[in-house]
Amino acid sequence: MTPTPEHLLIAPILLPLLAGALMLFYEDRRAKRVISLVAAGLLPIIAFALLDRAEAPSGGTEVRLYLLGDWPSPFAIVLVLDRLSALMLVVTSVLALPALVFAVAGWDRQGQHFHSLFQFLLMGLNGAFLTGDLFNLFVFFEVLLAASYGLMLHGSGPLRVRAGLHYIAINLAASLLFLIGVSLIYGVTGTLNMADLAVKAAALPEADRGLLRAGAAALGIAFLVKAAMWPLCFWLPITYMAAAPPVAAIFAIMSKVGVYAVLRVASLAFGAGAAHSAGLGAELLVAGGMATIAFGMFGVLASQGLGRLAGCSVLVSTGTFLAAIGMVLLGGGTPMLAGALYYMVSSSLALSALFLMADLIERNQGGVAAMLAVTAEAYGFGDEELDADEPTAELALPGTMTVLGLCFGACALLLAGLPPLSGFVGKFALLSGMLNPGGLGAHDATASPLALGFTALVIFSGLAALVALLRVGIQTFWVPSEEEVPKVLLIEIAPILALLAVTLAITVEAQPVMRYMQATAAALHRPEVYVEGVLGAPRVQDGEEAVEE
Amino acid sequence: MELVLSLAIGVLVASGVWLLLRPRTYQVIVGLALLSYGVNLFIFSMGRLRVGGSSIVEKGAVVDPAAYLDPVPQALVLTAIVISFATTALFLVVLLASRGFTGTDHVDGKEPGE
Repeated sequence: MTPTPEHLLIAPILLPLLAGALMLFYEDRRAKRVISLVAAGLLPIIAFALLDRAEAPSGGTEVRLYLLGDWPSPFAIVLVLDRLSALMLVVTSVLALPALVFAVAGWDRQGQHFHSLFQFLLMGLNGAFLTGDLFNLFVFFEVLLAASYGLMLHGSGPLRVRAGLHYIAINLAASLLFLIGVSLIYGVTGTLNMADLAVKAAALPEADRGLLRAGAAALGIAFLVKAAMWPLCFWLPITYMAAAPPVAAIFAIMSKVGVYAVLRVASLAFGAGAAHSAGLGAELLVAGGMATIAFGMFGVLASQGLGRLAGCSVLVSTGTFLAAIGMVLLGGGTPMLAGALYYMVSSSLALSALFLMADLIERNQGGVAAMLAVTAEAYGFGDEELDADEPTAELALPGTMTVLGLCFGACALLLAGLPPLSGFVGKFALLSGMLNPGGLGAHDATASPLALGFTALVIFSGLAALVALLRVGIQTFWVPSEEEVPKVLLIEIAPILALLAVTLAITVEAQPVMRYMQATAAALHRPEVYVEGVLGAPRVQDGEEAVEE
Repeated sequence: MELVLSLAIGVLVASGVWLLLRPRTYQVIVGLALLSYGVNLFIFSMGRLRVGGSSIVEKGAVVDPAAYLDPVPQALVLTAIVISFATTALFLVVLLASRGFTGTDHVDGKEPGE
């Protein structure tokens, strides 16, 4: 039988690319919306199909390969699907669809190419998760960053342009560091393929190891700028606050791309297998991650507006994830990594919902309305045109404040990590995995001071989120106000409800989800499986020759 | 040749970093451009320095890898040049938009002391 290449693997990259390119030819907004929604609606289907494949290994290997152009594996570009990348693809697609639906409710009117940029962003994200070599990681990072620059500026206005200026400048500088790191690693090891790198790095002569570590450090800093680790994070809260809400909602996954890259490269090249450089920079990750949590925590407490609060919560979420990864690299064990992954999924969903909700809640508090007015002016829209385009109120939501209040409460529970929602499950799994590496009930562990400090920080950051969100909640929902109830359309609340429903689903189905996370974490602890899978990949041509014989 | 190249990279990167930290947007963009030149030279140098080597293998002939240059860094440089060119152009647009909105070319959108 001829082994067919798994073309489905490249679909998450090609589909948004084609959809985004196609939309450039349409002036009509309705056509754009249809194309964009169809593409974003297909993505979760593809992502879940890929998740299914990643979960059911066949042919003795647990990773699936797509050799572009059918060149032999370590020399050319490969796409690699393993459990981790499939998980990230699913999270991205699940976040993308609600954000897009929310944008269709009105935000996409603010600029020309919102839908194309959004699709290109998805392409960059999916590519970064699927790629198997470092330079392509750079290229996909640039694709997603270039799209994010455009999306960040979507809607224009002085605040966005100023925040965008800083955001672009720091990311351009980080990209240059990325290039230095990649080329240094190539100069030392002669390879860009991550699996090949894991092999070559382990066998590197002593004299070259310093250069390899320097390259990895430069690379790590570039990733950490994207992941917004303290002290590289000061751009994040203002950027996320200034971005249009649907854009901020999809940006919630973007800071996770940096963490994903750290996790991927560190577990392959600097995991337990790489004897001489094992755990490189892990202490730094722990310290930086914990500092990020603390910084985000104070930011959450000090925030006045909900947008800024959500931005600071992103810092808390990535900080927790980063510190957990650092501890895993120091030998934290599988249960902790599984908990961290679950926490990452849950908090990304909650943050995305919170960004969308911030728009609805603050709609009649002046800020956004003022921004909209400026935007309209900047784009030369007349008032009439905006009014004519305004959707009629027939789909407006009954009992607006009740529904909004319930959603807000759910978000607060998720971010603070209180039962019964998935935020609690994630934090509990993370902390219990750290404190009981041997599993629950095995009373063998004595918690290190570091672990206790991390536990305290995670719990206090939850408390801070709770306090800050309660304050906002009381001001918004309980204080009798003379302000009008915000006009919320059904199509605007539906994405938030959908996101929260997903968190509910992963709470109810916590067991299978957790089992998947544990398998993912276990696979990350065995990089040799990934390496063998990538380096031993059969080419299609070889298979055909074998059939002919 | 090594000395000249490393000096060139060093000077480009040093002036790039200095300009990047300046308060005017135009200085920042020139700084980013200089930095990207320095980085491109650096990538190029990672393929090892050699004069007169070819990087494209002739068809049919027996190939001695030692006689050829490493083509990968050259491909990387090309990609990096294209990407940094595009992003710099984008940055220029944002810079002009910021100038238009705020009336100043300070990176914070307002003059210090205002």
